[in-house]
Amino acid sequence: MNLLKLSWKNLTNKPLAMLLSLVLFALGVGLISFLFLVNSQINDKFEKNLAGIDLVIGAKGSPLQLILSSMYHIDAPTGNITIKNVMPYLNAKNPYIKMAVPLSLGDSYRGYRIVGTSANLLELYQAKVRTGRSFRDVMEVLAGAGAAEELGLKIGSTFQSSHGLIEDANLVHGGHPFKVVGILKPSGAAIDQLLLTPAQSIWEVHEHAGMGTPAPEAEEEAPAEDSLAHEHAEATKQMGTMALTNQEDDHLNEDHEHGKPQMQSIINYPDKEITSLLLQFNGHNIMTLNLQRMINQNTKMQAATPAIEITRLYSLMGVGQDALSWLAFIIMAVSGLSIFISLYSSLSERRYELALMRTMGASPGKLFAMIILEGLLLATLGYGLGLLISHFGMELLAGEMKAAYRYTFTGLTFLPEELYLLLGALGLGFVAAVIPAIQARNTDISKTLAEG
Amino acid sequence: MLETKQLAFSYDQGQVMDFPDFSLQKGEHCLLLGQSGSGKTTLLHLLGGLLSPTNGSIRVGETELGQLRAAALDRFRGKNIGIVFQKSHFVRALTIGENMALAQQLAGLKPDRERIMELLDRLNITDKFRLKPDRLSVGEQQRAAIARALINQAPIILADEPTSALDDHNAEEVIQLLEEQASVLGSTLLVVTHDKRLKDRFPKQITL
Repeated sequence: MNLLKLSWKNLTNKPLAMLLSLVLFALGVGLISFLFLVNSQINDKFEKNLAGIDLVIGAKGSPLQLILSSMYHIDAPTGNITIKNVMPYLNAKNPYIKMAVPLSLGDSYRGYRIVGTSANLLELYQAKVRTGRSFRDVMEVLAGAGAAEELGLKIGSTFQSSHGLIEDANLVHGGHPFKVVGILKPSGAAIDQLLLTPAQSIWEVHEHAGMGTPAPEAEEEAPAEDSLAHEHAEATKQMGTMALTNQEDDHLNEDHEHGKPQMQSIINYPDKEITSLLLQFNGHNIMTLNLQRMINQNTKMQAATPAIEITRLYSLMGVGQDALSWLAFIIMAVSGLSIFISLYSSLSERRYELALMRTMGASPGKLFAMIILEGLLLATLGYGLGLLISHFGMELLAGEMKAAYRYTFTGLTFLPEELYLLLGALGLGFVAAVIPAIQARNTDISKTLAEG
Repeated sequence: MLETKQLAFSYDQGQVMDFPDFSLQKGEHCLLLGQSGSGKTTLLHLLGGLLSPTNGSIRVGETELGQLRAAALDRFRGKNIGIVFQKSHFVRALTIGENMALAQQLAGLKPDRERIMELLDRLNITDKFRLKPDRLSVGEQQRAAIARALINQAPIILADEPTSALDDHNAEEVIQLLEEQASVLGSTLLVVTHDKRLKDRFPKQITL
């Protein structure tokens, strides 16, 4: 019968007396650990999806919405922009731009977003093809690992897209089947949940089905085009030469619409639309710094910096999180108080018992240790129960969150913070038990026994 | 075996109680009589090392109790002095068997199941081994308390009013068991009581 076992038996002898403390403690620990889990996983998702993107250009609207829809694929897209307006940034020879990835959003297949893009999106997210190959032609699809698994897509699978981001049988684009040619390795980023296809596929579907936006009008051209061009004199020059080739390409394009598909780079379609453009800069300088302001002030488009918008999002969420953490800490404090009270009141019942143990040879230190151990045991139990609650809860919630955001969360990871939480829990157990333990140590044997 | 000299005690500047000198041989049985409030329990607690005298000395075997420091005194008491109280108390979370084992361990001995069973058998409560103390009748509890006092084969057994809460039948049984078992172990037995039923049982008596 070691001390630990004795403390354990003392605790379990009257389980109801300790239940409230235990439940409170578990709730406090559970809430804190749950906050840790949600926080770390959201941060993780946001950071993975940042992918070194410096600027996102899209239609005017909320910058946060633009970032969320283009990078995290969790909000509705803001609107469309015409390719010729962003032509300078698509130019491979633009010295300031390392990479530019166009995105065409707005269609989906059974709730999974179809993203019209170019092959360098894979490079941006460092995504690797697991089976098959990347898309090379119109209507070919490279599926994210999560999307492929959920939708049961394999190489060679075909499907019809539907307009909008929710599943709606009335909005299915008929007659233009997408064909899966490859599946990505899972990366943990939003790309896992996407169906990637060339931007041209989206145009193809929309133009033929007559549901998409009509061909862009010339008036849509940003009035600030001039200043844009001015700022990027060199780039615009390139654009000029590009425009020349475009003439021919447009013919090619028409050919392809009737005959054998032959996919061209999207810069050959200046009048077509995309939703947004992800930019990665070649280092930061005054040009890149000014670019955002310039686009926002002088064009009909907007440019948003992911880092700034995400920080803004954090600070918006932060208020709720702060309130929750305060609540968690208050619950912890109350549970500490509850442990203290239940140990203290159990002592008055066990006074005689403690004196008896002294007469049987237990030193005051032993009684002290026994009561401390009871506090620590309660704390450990509460901690274990709390972790169980939070991880189980997270796992349950993960399903719902996935359905809502196409993001996978998991309750099956453990964080280093949870080790600190254990230390904190043990500390609280100790503090709650220390006064009762001192009381036990100071038991006046003779007086207690004489009162019998 | 047990010897006191000029023993005196006072609770925080209260009235000083003086106790007569006495000495008990090994294996001797003795009755300590006195009115309520005469300091019987105080004397028993002094002898058991639960209280420190303000004056005088107590010798148990070769050991001077006053010379032992806190933890050493606790260990010495656990090993050498078995105490039976008026009302028997146990660690309620433990079974009778576990309470016995705890008494052995707290005295620094190995728990010895065989010895526990043998003792419970002698006191006729073997079947209570697995029960929690509050499931036992008062008489059974007192017998279990005696078993606990004897478990470590302490050379000295102190009993504080062991029979006062019991009816005639149980009182007779308990005092008989105490005497018997003390004799078997060769322990010195000191029974503190004002119970008239016990008066004629012990030839040696000290009156306060």
